[in-house]
Amino acid sequence: MNAQEKTMDVTLRVWRQKGPDQPGRFVSYAAKGVTPEMSFFEALDTINEGLVAKGEDAIAFDHDCREGICGTCCLTIEGQPHGPDQAATGCQLHMRAYKDGDAITIEPFRARAFPVIKDLVVDRSALDRVMASGGFVSVNTGAAGEANAILVPKDKAEAAMDAAACIGCGACVAACPNASAMLFVSAKVSQFALLPQGGPERDRRVLAMQRQMDLEGFGNCSNEGECEAVCPKEVKLANIARLNREYIRAMFWSHEVHPKVDLEGQEE
Amino acid sequence: MSLKLDAGIPDGPVDKKWDKHRFALKLVNPANKRKFDVIVVGTGLAGASAAASLAELGYNVKVFCIQDSPRRAHSIAAQGGINAAKNYPNDGDSVWRLFYDTVKGGDYRAREANVYRLAQVSNAIIDQCVAQGVPFARDYGGALDNRSFGGAQVSRTFFARGQTGQQLLLGAYSALMRQAGKKQVQVFPRREMVELVVVDGAARGIVTRDLTTGRLESHAAHAVLLCTGGYGNAFYLSTNANSCNVGAAWLAYKKGAGFANPCFTQIHPTCIPQSGEHQAKLTLMSESLRNDGRVWVPKKKGDDRAPGQIPEAERDYYLERKYPTFGNLVPRDVASRAAKQMIDEGRGVGRTGLAVYLDFADAIKRQGQAKITEKYGNLFDMYHHLTAEDPYRAPMRIYPAVHYTMGGLWVDYNLMTTIPGLFCLGEANFSDHGANRLGASALMQGLADGYFIIPYTLGGFFASSKLAKVDTSHPAFKAAEQSAAGRTQRLLSIKGKRTPVSFHKELGALMWNNCGMGRSEAGLKEALAKIPAIREEFWKNVVVTGSGAEFNQTLERAARVADYLEFSELLVRDALERRESCGGHFREESQTPEGEAKRDDANFSHATVWEHAGEGKPPIENREKLEFKDVVPSQRSYA
Repeated sequence: MNAQEKTMDVTLRVWRQKGPDQPGRFVSYAAKGVTPEMSFFEALDTINEGLVAKGEDAIAFDHDCREGICGTCCLTIEGQPHGPDQAATGCQLHMRAYKDGDAITIEPFRARAFPVIKDLVVDRSALDRVMASGGFVSVNTGAAGEANAILVPKDKAEAAMDAAACIGCGACVAACPNASAMLFVSAKVSQFALLPQGGPERDRRVLAMQRQMDLEGFGNCSNEGECEAVCPKEVKLANIARLNREYIRAMFWSHEVHPKVDLEGQEE
Repeated sequence: MSLKLDAGIPDGPVDKKWDKHRFALKLVNPANKRKFDVIVVGTGLAGASAAASLAELGYNVKVFCIQDSPRRAHSIAAQGGINAAKNYPNDGDSVWRLFYDTVKGGDYRAREANVYRLAQVSNAIIDQCVAQGVPFARDYGGALDNRSFGGAQVSRTFFARGQTGQQLLLGAYSALMRQAGKKQVQVFPRREMVELVVVDGAARGIVTRDLTTGRLESHAAHAVLLCTGGYGNAFYLSTNANSCNVGAAWLAYKKGAGFANPCFTQIHPTCIPQSGEHQAKLTLMSESLRNDGRVWVPKKKGDDRAPGQIPEAERDYYLERKYPTFGNLVPRDVASRAAKQMIDEGRGVGRTGLAVYLDFADAIKRQGQAKITEKYGNLFDMYHHLTAEDPYRAPMRIYPAVHYTMGGLWVDYNLMTTIPGLFCLGEANFSDHGANRLGASALMQGLADGYFIIPYTLGGFFASSKLAKVDTSHPAFKAAEQSAAGRTQRLLSIKGKRTPVSFHKELGALMWNNCGMGRSEAGLKEALAKIPAIREEFWKNVVVTGSGAEFNQTLERAARVADYLEFSELLVRDALERRESCGGHFREESQTPEGEAKRDDANFSHATVWEHAGEGKPPIENREKLEFKDVVPSQRSYA
């Protein structure tokens, strides 16, 4: 009880960049008196409080729920999207992972499709556009039938939930040497491919999402597996296999031609 | 009293009111819908579902959120589930019982007609979400599974592991993005509403700040829907996400919208305790855990043995002891107060003594660890990430924290505020939960408002109003932009010594100590004296770095803290005026001999609706009398 709290001093090497078209650089900040119970972001908060009190610009970083579910945070910590903890977002990382004297490098998620807005903040709206191209079941409000009229085998429902757990953070993109968004797309395609509700738009969806992903400048998958390794929600690589199957199936057997995705300035 | 508070509740029996009203509402014909522009602020369950549904009908919708994507609104963090009166378990549920439980759970401070409607549309919500592909939990036969939640003796809660809010929001977000793809909705992420534009007495638009560039933008419409969530962050530490704020609702209040029952705040009994001064937020552990977890403290004061060392006979499972009928599943307000009692008696546990145990040992013994993982795996993982302790082996330590706000903008039966054309949906309004919200009812209300109520009532408003043509060239927009720019400038020009966060912390501590789980006249009066002093210092000594013309999180925070410094005074004033205990509002002067909340129906069976009287003037109190015909108020008992 009331054990003397251990504290430590660490150095944070942070990517600072004024704006999208400005050059950036690393700046080192000392975080003193950090406790193991502090979250990594609370250590950043402490540095920011010090900076603002001195009249200097705070380090811009995206965060919101701070419990690993909203997908807002997008830090690459020591080269790893979301940092060293398995199956966790950056906001769930705690300082107990570090020791006195550590120097920790923080960058934003890096990908061509995620331009930097400021410091550690990036623009991930490409993922929303991929969703708008086909990441849904077309059912208007009021058009649904009785819920239990659709029976779903428990194992299918569980597998769909595993895929649906994706928080859309984009760590998979940031970790991939090709900056591919295949794990993100495959999670949504898999969720609906596994459920009867997704059936009617099965081909249309996979073709549209795949096409939009390419238009946004995401790369291709070359089976590196980095995406699965960093995914905070443990979305499995097997979903990409399913995405490929769905895509091939749609290409060869579907009556759907590639649907024309009508998005601003991105029509072919 | 100067606000006109006509709720417009239809006549007739409670179970016929909504049908009757839907028929009475005028319609906008399909070809004319495209002539109407609608602004939706916020993309949580209420906002996303409303925007998608209205776009499907053919209205032109613009939707705004402060997050970088509509999918990240704080509904995403709701864990446990969503209630509906499906009665799939055949355990005696019905629309009437859900209605009854919700009115009683709210300690008889909600409108009967609204609550009945909520229960009535609850089943259609489940149908809609299933059709969207929301992966709810199922049993081996493939049918939907249910679990129990506090304040009910039936299992009516539908769930997707401990991520129900996420899955429901992604369903609504998907529907929204489908409409965005069709260009029926324009999505504006990273935008904060900084002004409400009222023309000829009606809400006709908003001014937003583009959080990326700082640019102010005017948007005109025929109606504005605020779906902007609750104000729990007035307490600084809460389970709310960092960006949750009262800004939009506060702007509306200042433009003439009544603010109802701000003192009705919910303190959730099962959150992870604070670990230190640095803490930025608190994390909820879902109420669903009380299905299988048993809450206890040592019988002996100051017993500092490890939980495993305390024998069964020396533990006090106080909820089971005090409330044998509901046991660990009493409503949130009751469970939180009971925890506070134990801690006040010196029987709290853990390093700080500010916690009680939530123990799964019996459930694991009975059902096996695999079953517990299936039901709560992600919550156990979340606890482990935060505390580095393994809840499969040792009990969780939990403590109450501010979680939800039942109060909000006053709305009539059509969800319209006292400003014509300004509607308010979801947690941001005051309508359905009275003085205490039951678990798994927030998701239900957000989606009910967005999917199944506003699509009807908004059409009725359009069809029966004469709205002149107004676009952003109207002088009211210029004036609103100037006022917003002036406010930003004022914050930037102070260049004081203290950070916005330091003021927020100071305010939050005062609010928690004087207007938290227990509220007394003396404490509330003290807070009323201290808040203006903090506010005054803020406007003299805050430092906001950077400029208004860039991405500037310090500026965003400062503006939100400035709102809380005004709003919290209203919250405390409301708590002071309500000299009774009810639901989450516990006045220490008003309790039963057993320490339960003692209501005063003779004097307080009303919603208190506050009206802005101008800067520096005390707000005006208005009242909407509550009438109970179908659920007769009694002293709430869960024993």
